[in-house]
Amino acid sequence: MSAAFLIEQGLNGLQFGVMLFLMAAGLTLIFGVMGVINLAHGALYMVGAFACALVAPEAGFWAGLGAGIVAAAGLGALIELSVIRPLYARDHLDQVLATFALILIVSEGARMVSGGRPLWLDMPAALAGSVTLPGGVPYPVYRLALIGAGLGVGLLLWLLIRQTRLGIRIRAGQADREMIDALGVDIARLYTVVFALGAGLAGLAGAMVGALQSVEVGMGEPVLILAFVIIVIGGIGSIRGAFVAALLVGLTDTAGRIFLPALLALAWPPAEATAIGSALASMSIYVLMAAVLAVRPRGLFPAHG
Amino acid sequence: MPSTALKTLLAAALLGLPAALPASLPAAAAEVKIGMITTLTGGGSHLGIDVRDGFELALAEAGRDDVTLIVKDDARKPDLAKQLSDEMIQREGVDILTGIIWSNLAMAVVPPAVRQGVFYLSPNAGPSALAGKLCHENYFNVAWQNNDLHAAMGGHMKDAGLAKPFILAPNYPAGTDALTGFKSTYGEAVAGEVYTKLGQKDYAAEIAQIRASGADSVYFFLPGGMGIAFMKQYAASGVELPVYGPAFSFDEIILKAVGDAALGVKNTSQWAYDLDVPANVAFVAAFRETYGRTPTLYASQGYDTARLILAALDKAHPDDADAFRAALEAAEFESTRGKFRFNSNHHPIQDIHVREVVAGEGGPTNRLVGVAIADRADDFAAECRL
Repeated sequence: MSAAFLIEQGLNGLQFGVMLFLMAAGLTLIFGVMGVINLAHGALYMVGAFACALVAPEAGFWAGLGAGIVAAAGLGALIELSVIRPLYARDHLDQVLATFALILIVSEGARMVSGGRPLWLDMPAALAGSVTLPGGVPYPVYRLALIGAGLGVGLLLWLLIRQTRLGIRIRAGQADREMIDALGVDIARLYTVVFALGAGLAGLAGAMVGALQSVEVGMGEPVLILAFVIIVIGGIGSIRGAFVAALLVGLTDTAGRIFLPALLALAWPPAEATAIGSALASMSIYVLMAAVLAVRPRGLFPAHG
Repeated sequence: MPSTALKTLLAAALLGLPAALPASLPAAAAEVKIGMITTLTGGGSHLGIDVRDGFELALAEAGRDDVTLIVKDDARKPDLAKQLSDEMIQREGVDILTGIIWSNLAMAVVPPAVRQGVFYLSPNAGPSALAGKLCHENYFNVAWQNNDLHAAMGGHMKDAGLAKPFILAPNYPAGTDALTGFKSTYGEAVAGEVYTKLGQKDYAAEIAQIRASGADSVYFFLPGGMGIAFMKQYAASGVELPVYGPAFSFDEIILKAVGDAALGVKNTSQWAYDLDVPANVAFVAAFRETYGRTPTLYASQGYDTARLILAALDKAHPDDADAFRAALEAAEFESTRGKFRFNSNHHPIQDIHVREVVAGEGGPTNRLVGVAIADRADDFAAECRL
């Protein structure tokens, strides 16, 4: 195994991780501030990809990307106002039920738009192809751009939460909801803004990943499951935790997929080793989650006390 | 089924008809219920949609009002497919089941279904177990045995002088059948062999392995959205080895989503839309007219399955299981593939063709190149005691 191979796989893990971070950040923000378990987060990811795929052929990829963010954020705000708002006082189970219904509704809507067939969305011409990195590693430009975009958004999010008035309110909302309500902050509007922000991040991830993979109904749910694993590992409500956990999950998953089959091939014939190895690899992140929870039951960076 | 006959008798008695009704009703007079369980949502939905559309087209063309079709979506979940098949057999009382796309679902549904006396005609999944040890007199596969298309490409690549292919498939029964089928004709000397997760969308790690493997070509079996994702990522990766695959990795819908990245790719198929057979020319024209798109191989398989059922119904009703089975075995219908007959294990013996992806109006499309294997019969018929 050469160094170039390891660098390439490291970048792959990093790229996977930062995209997962965009999903997990919104999810953990919404849960941390509002205490809502939003199963429809994967549907918003899909909406972002669909909006991008519908707009990009007409107006170019970048307009499509914008449309993806706006559509997901807009739908997020609408969902918060119409469905989530009456459920704040209710049990988590009611929220799970309502947001699960939203998955079905949004998926069915997307199916009506696309006819159930995958939509065409290509990466922009400027980011097509690959470059040779220092060390002689060829790497796709688009994946590098995803890493850059993911890290950039992470930095912006950190600045937003640490340095702006909205960020102060979000942190205050996480710490003590009644108190900031009493201080005259319009908590209802804050909730809508946070929900739309989280939804927009999911839409951004969906649009960017859609160009790399395929845009189709149900694309959000596998990512949603990983995002839940991440926020549990990172500590529910913590953006910093989500970031670290997303990178851990991205790297663990990639490493598992390469090294486990290779390791087993030392003991078994190649066909069985690949089969067993890939089965074990798909469990690797859950093993990671179990290991983290065994040592730190509230996750790596618990947000509340 | 006996219960249907009983109901007919009861209804006749209630209506005051003479109770001594002839034991065997003329085939066309008795209703036939067909249950279709297929994948209409999620990552592999365009496969199920095309099977359904092809099947419904054949039914509409036949214009028979004694055949009822019930379609249910399995969302590619084995447990859901099993539950739907139980519902269809026990509550709806279907005579024939069909529709399953994925081999892991077929393994969950088919053996218990045929044991309960219904007929199962597969328009797609053809796992090796069902062709061999677990074959059953009421199970027919109208598409192919899973290994067939891969074996055809293995032989084609060997003849083309490719020395070190890297082979890749998802980790489920059809994936293992695929790579086993490929190696059955190519041999064991491959540069690398990888199984991915079913439904996986990111292939960066696998592409890096291909790059590091020193292979001279890539063979991949990734149907549906998986194939789209792989081809797009492969095209951007800078790995420039030629790729090959079965038709599942390069159907018309995948090509539309992948774009020019697939130009020049060779793939193997038992059917092609430009196959010059009268039944096929008529089918492709009718499908385009009805649905406004070019059919995929899945649509042709759905269409052929329905036409086989209709042809057999002309001879016997499924209630008369032995006569209906004999009518299916005879396979006297005009297949879109031209030549079509069943082997002793109820799997097709048919030609497997090679197609090439070329530029067409409105994007890349497949063009027939030649025959890879004539009269291909699967490797498992000997294990089947029928």
